[in-house]
Amino acid sequence: MSSVTSNPTVVAPAAKLASESVCMRIEPPHGLFKLHLGELWAYRELLYFLVWRDVKVRYKQTAIGVVWVILQPLLTMLVATLFFGKLAKLPSQGLPYSVFCFAAVVPWSYFSNALTTATNVVVDNQRVITKVYFPRLILPFSAVFSGLVDFSIAFVVLLIFTIAHGIRPTLTILLLPFFLLLAILTALGVGLWLSALNALYRDVRYLIPFLVQFWTLASPVYYSSSMVPERFRWIYGLNPMAGVIDGFRWALTGRGQAPNSVLVASVAMVLLVVLGGLAFFNRMEGTIADRV
Amino acid sequence: MSTLVIQTAGISKRYRRGLQAAGGLRHALEDFLRSPVSTLRRKKKESFWALKDISLEVREGEVLGLIGRNGAGKTTLLKILSRITKPTTGWAEIHGRVGSLLEVGTGFHPELTGRENTYLSGAILGMVKSEITRKFDEIVAFAELEKFIDTPVKHYSSGMYVRLAFAVAAHLEPEILFVDEVLAVGDAAFQKKCLGKMSEVTRQGRTILFVSHNVAAVTRLCNRCILLESGRVLKDGATHEVMNAYLRSELATGAVREWNLEGAPGDCVVRLRAVRVHKVDGTVSEAFDIRQPIGIDVVFDVLEGGRDLTPNLHVFDQQGVNVFISHDVDPNWRRRPRPEGRYISTAWIPGNFLSEGSFLVGAAITTLAPTNVRLYERDAVAFQVIDSTDGDSARGDYAGPLPGVVRPLLKWETKYESSPTHHVAHFSVKEPWR
Repeated sequence: MSSVTSNPTVVAPAAKLASESVCMRIEPPHGLFKLHLGELWAYRELLYFLVWRDVKVRYKQTAIGVVWVILQPLLTMLVATLFFGKLAKLPSQGLPYSVFCFAAVVPWSYFSNALTTATNVVVDNQRVITKVYFPRLILPFSAVFSGLVDFSIAFVVLLIFTIAHGIRPTLTILLLPFFLLLAILTALGVGLWLSALNALYRDVRYLIPFLVQFWTLASPVYYSSSMVPERFRWIYGLNPMAGVIDGFRWALTGRGQAPNSVLVASVAMVLLVVLGGLAFFNRMEGTIADRV
Repeated sequence: MSTLVIQTAGISKRYRRGLQAAGGLRHALEDFLRSPVSTLRRKKKESFWALKDISLEVREGEVLGLIGRNGAGKTTLLKILSRITKPTTGWAEIHGRVGSLLEVGTGFHPELTGRENTYLSGAILGMVKSEITRKFDEIVAFAELEKFIDTPVKHYSSGMYVRLAFAVAAHLEPEILFVDEVLAVGDAAFQKKCLGKMSEVTRQGRTILFVSHNVAAVTRLCNRCILLESGRVLKDGATHEVMNAYLRSELATGAVREWNLEGAPGDCVVRLRAVRVHKVDGTVSEAFDIRQPIGIDVVFDVLEGGRDLTPNLHVFDQQGVNVFISHDVDPNWRRRPRPEGRYISTAWIPGNFLSEGSFLVGAAITTLAPTNVRLYERDAVAFQVIDSTDGDSARGDYAGPLPGVVRPLLKWETKYESSPTHHVAHFSVKEPWR
């Protein structure tokens, strides 16, 4: 007799497992839209931990740590103010150019960081994806949420900066969360597409810096959207970030381009991208561990 | 009969060769634009089935070993059952909380401290925060890292890293646990602890699916085994039976080899007819408990009588090391011409002599003075020696891997002095020869 020794099959007497109800069915992938939002909710703690990890790790072993969060947009704003404001004398909708620019740089850097992180999130977590199961959808979500911590800090600085320039926030500031949400959704929607594509083709990783660069130029970050000729406005509006940046600036300062019909196009566009992204990501989810 | 916890029906998984798009995006687009139809069609051709039609049932409390060569589909099956990837066809149903341990340290981040990684890794493996908090002290104590728990894990030694990682996983307390090769890491003492923890888990009536190349570990832990080959179930049954089949396929040779007269190795004087490895009671077996003697029969026909013939055996281990060569010294036939007829010479390898592992046996028949090797059949038979953790073999209570070509059970004696004076006490710790 060979040696099966250490474990006689001891079964708990008449074992009714506590989680008798936990039954999981594993099937081939099917359906375009079978979102397991309940499951996403069940894994909310993991989402929290992933966001927390990103935040915690981001400035580890840096000399000035979290100061970077403030320094990055501040320096961008200073340089832009020098070149675009002082030298090129771009119009700034009746705001000091520095405020005009800073009010856009803060949401924009949130967006561009969130988009870049979300694009790379599947590839960066390759090891975990191939070794353990969790709803993959958590990854792009964690990527766009983790940037919010940096954003909050930068936003406080922005608020102080604005008030220091004698601009009192008006009631429009109540609409700020709406524009922030729109920025989050845009980053998430595009991020869903790009992260899944990136898992297949690493070309996306090299594409993303260009995309962000072009997108900056196509959004009213350093210039006013009123400079765009009237007949091209609707195309411009298809870029959801155009509405977001204009709206954010308006909500914070009460001045500048107020949201108009273009915003409706932006919102529709965002919803389309997010829904499409969810469907695409969902379709890829079942086999992403084999492909990444 | 206990309840069914895992049931699968016709699980198959198809992979496409070169799935990662060898030429990148450009290549894929170009191919598709040139000839969309043939691109799609070719994909079908370049696919292969990593798993084909796997249907199995696992009951509560079973400890199931998945064995097979590299690429047999063991890990793929585990990945499907733990939902990392989806099957191409078929379905599976799993009742109970699943924990899968396909790697040690999943989700560890080098910049984070041991404490932070415990929470992170715990969450990734499926624990909730309150659960981790509750077990935290236990985890740290199990990993023996109390002093370093607030140090970033990048400063850990690899041993410390693995200890913490396994400690987290070991406290997962799932009802069904999938384990892949993870016991191959870590130092020996810790391995023993992990094996102990795993058998503790099975005693609580939990179900384990265990993938390993380590034949010894599978034999020690599992009561049932499944042998996979090229994505199919080749054999499913009690561990020792399946293990025999596996070793037979793995070593490409079994415990018995027989020849008919025409094809038999040898010459006009003597022909080798069979070689067999068997237990004391005569039953042929591939697997032997380290404590039991192993009998090897050399069956030969003498066609032309009148010569001194000495059968001899050449035993090699997995690394090809010649463990020993033994000549037939049976006094009845030594230096005595053999008449024509059938002979069966049996050599007995004592129990507690060979080390754990696989052994290949070559059989030869020689005439001496002048020396003439009449026949030599390399790798005629093979067998496996398994060392359990019962505690009465040379490994004692140690459960980790033990190197060495032989593993004799020696007599140990202890002389003890209560104080460095003249008073001396004698007593022996163990008397295996009694």
